[in-house]
Amino acid sequence: MKTLLTLSVNGRPREDAVAGNALLIDYLRDTLGLTGTKQGCDGGECGACTVLVDGEPRLACCTLAHSVAERSIETIEGLSHEGNLSRLQRAFHEHLGSQCGFCTPGMVMAAEALLRRNPQPSRDEIREALAGNLCRCTGYVKIIESVEAAACGSEVPA
Amino acid sequence: MAALSEFRVLRPASAVDAVRLRGEHPASRFIAGGTDLVPNLRRGLVSTDIVIDLGNVGEMREVQRSGDTLRLGAGVTLATLAADPTVRASLPALAQAALCVAGPTHRTAATLGGNLCLETRCQYFNQSESWRQGNNYCMKLAGDTCRVAPKSSRCYAAFSGDVAPALLALGAEVELLGPQGIRRLPLAELYVDDGMRWLALGADELLFAVTVPLVAGRVSGYEKLRMRGAIDFPLAGVAAALTRDGEAIGELRIACTGVSSRPEFVGGLDALAGQPLDAAAFATIERQIKRTIQPMETTTVSVPYRRRATPVLAKRLVGRLWDEAKRR
Repeated sequence: MKTLLTLSVNGRPREDAVAGNALLIDYLRDTLGLTGTKQGCDGGECGACTVLVDGEPRLACCTLAHSVAERSIETIEGLSHEGNLSRLQRAFHEHLGSQCGFCTPGMVMAAEALLRRNPQPSRDEIREALAGNLCRCTGYVKIIESVEAAACGSEVPA
Repeated sequence: MAALSEFRVLRPASAVDAVRLRGEHPASRFIAGGTDLVPNLRRGLVSTDIVIDLGNVGEMREVQRSGDTLRLGAGVTLATLAADPTVRASLPALAQAALCVAGPTHRTAATLGGNLCLETRCQYFNQSESWRQGNNYCMKLAGDTCRVAPKSSRCYAAFSGDVAPALLALGAEVELLGPQGIRRLPLAELYVDDGMRWLALGADELLFAVTVPLVAGRVSGYEKLRMRGAIDFPLAGVAAALTRDGEAIGELRIACTGVSSRPEFVGGLDALAGQPLDAAAFATIERQIKRTIQPMETTTVSVPYRRRATPVLAKRLVGRLWDEAKRR
């Protein structure tokens, strides 16, 4: 049975009729068409579906849509501004933090949460913050370098 | 993974309302962070018509210190618990255990109560429907045989929460809220040594809060054995709390997880009080742990390895805490 869900997605208030058993990932991908959030393991083990709920990283595949009513959701689509990549997205692009790209939205959102909380993280802190995100291409070194680059603010061409 | 079955979500605003709804809907399930329940629902390991979401129950997310007791609402997230200044300073075993659970994206949602009530796990149970069907199911769901102990009349699925052993070592109590109000019991009494019915929680009761004594001079810690440094459930976990009187042990409390159907408090260590932490004391620790634990083939990692590794984890941890207590 569908009931009304009120929340904010990427800064935009929304009201949608959503089934009680709908997951946050299904609501984002199927109802809103925001397919940047990836469905990977689908059981909370890979982190590809990481989105921000009130600024905290959460797994959209383990979260019921109705359990985030009245909350503020941010997805990978919300990071760029007027077509320009965010600093973190540019760093992933310039430092080859993305290979096949499937884990990238989750990695970027988990790293985004870290940098907001801790703008100058150490390498160990970056590794800890991304410990729940798996990259099947095993490109972890470049991913960590990308987050480091975004953190130290090295100028990256737009 | 399979789509979720049809269910309704109820969102009570208070714990009393949550318990009332649970009484009205006996087939319902409580949900908090959902990191255990949602994957289990999707694999068809549990089923329900109604989910009672505790996310709006603010009173369950409170952390309060009164005198020498810390009271933790069952809805406090593991990330909050691991970062709490009082927990980190006075109950390090609890902070370390909370930080060992899964990955950071789980811990922002997963709660203290959820980890204490974690569904027991087994390599024959935590599988897809087609896998379990191909194996003719098991006793825990739809079958009649325990695959790890086929001649047994009980299920041996392992309790795999990290926080429970820390709270057992620290001497915690739990508050259970039912229609008649709150009842308190020592955490050890919340658990039953049975993989199918591992919680002594009434059908209409809610794990509401945990109280932990703050003991001056006590040091504590948690050690976890797992395949990867994050995400994985414990192959074995050991928590210890210790006080030291000069060169003698004051008090030593040890509890284990992942090696039985309930978290196990290790008895028989009282005799070590007043003794030095020498080879004989380590031998006693090893003997008592091996008497207590009962690892079974619930994981792909061998039983003899987990049986030998558990006392090793404990001895390393106690040695570390012994030195830490001296520096205080």
